[in-house]
Amino acid sequence: MIYAVVVAAALLAGAAILALIRAEKGPSMLDRTVAFDVFTTTLVAAVALEAAWSRRTDTLVLLVVLSLVGFVGSVTISRFAAVEPEDAARVRTREEVEAERQAERAAEEAAVAAEQARREALRADPGAPLPDPGGSVPDPGGSVAEPGGSDGEELRA
Amino acid sequence: MTMDTALDIVAGAFLITGAFLSFVAGVGIVRFPALLARMHAGTKPQVLGMLFMLIGLGVRLRSWSVAGLLLLVIAFQMLTAPVGAHMVGRAGYRTGKVRAEDLEFDELTEDTERHDGRAPGPASNRT
Repeated sequence: MIYAVVVAAALLAGAAILALIRAEKGPSMLDRTVAFDVFTTTLVAAVALEAAWSRRTDTLVLLVVLSLVGFVGSVTISRFAAVEPEDAARVRTREEVEAERQAERAAEEAAVAAEQARREALRADPGAPLPDPGGSVPDPGGSVAEPGGSDGEELRA
Repeated sequence: MTMDTALDIVAGAFLITGAFLSFVAGVGIVRFPALLARMHAGTKPQVLGMLFMLIGLGVRLRSWSVAGLLLLVIAFQMLTAPVGAHMVGRAGYRTGKVRAEDLEFDELTEDTERHDGRAPGPASNRT
């Protein structure tokens, strides 16, 4: 029995490590979900193996709970899966984050300046027709790529 | 050789087979190239592997109350694994992670295109 348990435990450990590798690599959320499923199943198998080794029955409730948790997790993640941008799978570098932040700040400042100009024009000549506030004000979010904020059911254009 | 030893050997064989299926799934989800192929590999331990592990556990413990609980786990797993796999596959299809050249038949894209003109189909079908 000890040989069988050792061999099975080694195989399960290998399976868990490989599942973690895939969960780390991605590339999409759904690949991670599949890896998570395999990891949960491996965990259930490990609990069963331990129960078989020491002939205990008090951990068997864990098997029911773990299989249900794995199911709920994978269904929830895939229900809310969204269309991801091409490079969402990789971690951005410090420079890219800094550049995006500066772009955001510049857009905000431009918007504030345009609003100020509009108010001053209004104060100088209240009778003049109002300039269109949307036309001259640049959209703060327009120049910045929004990562993954879309709804799950939204189709890719 | 006594009966107990023989049953333990049978249980050990079941446990090794189940663990081997888990390991195969791990290798599969690391090496396979696409989402659907990884799902195919990932379902191996979910039903058959867990079935083998729990049969091995039941043979080792040799008690009917335990067998009832193990049957419950297997029943849960067989009910929930297809639902989870369906949800993952559906989300993968709708978010464009299924490539058209991987599919032998693609009746879903044909039907949705016939229905409303355009479809959230496989990635390479779209511009």
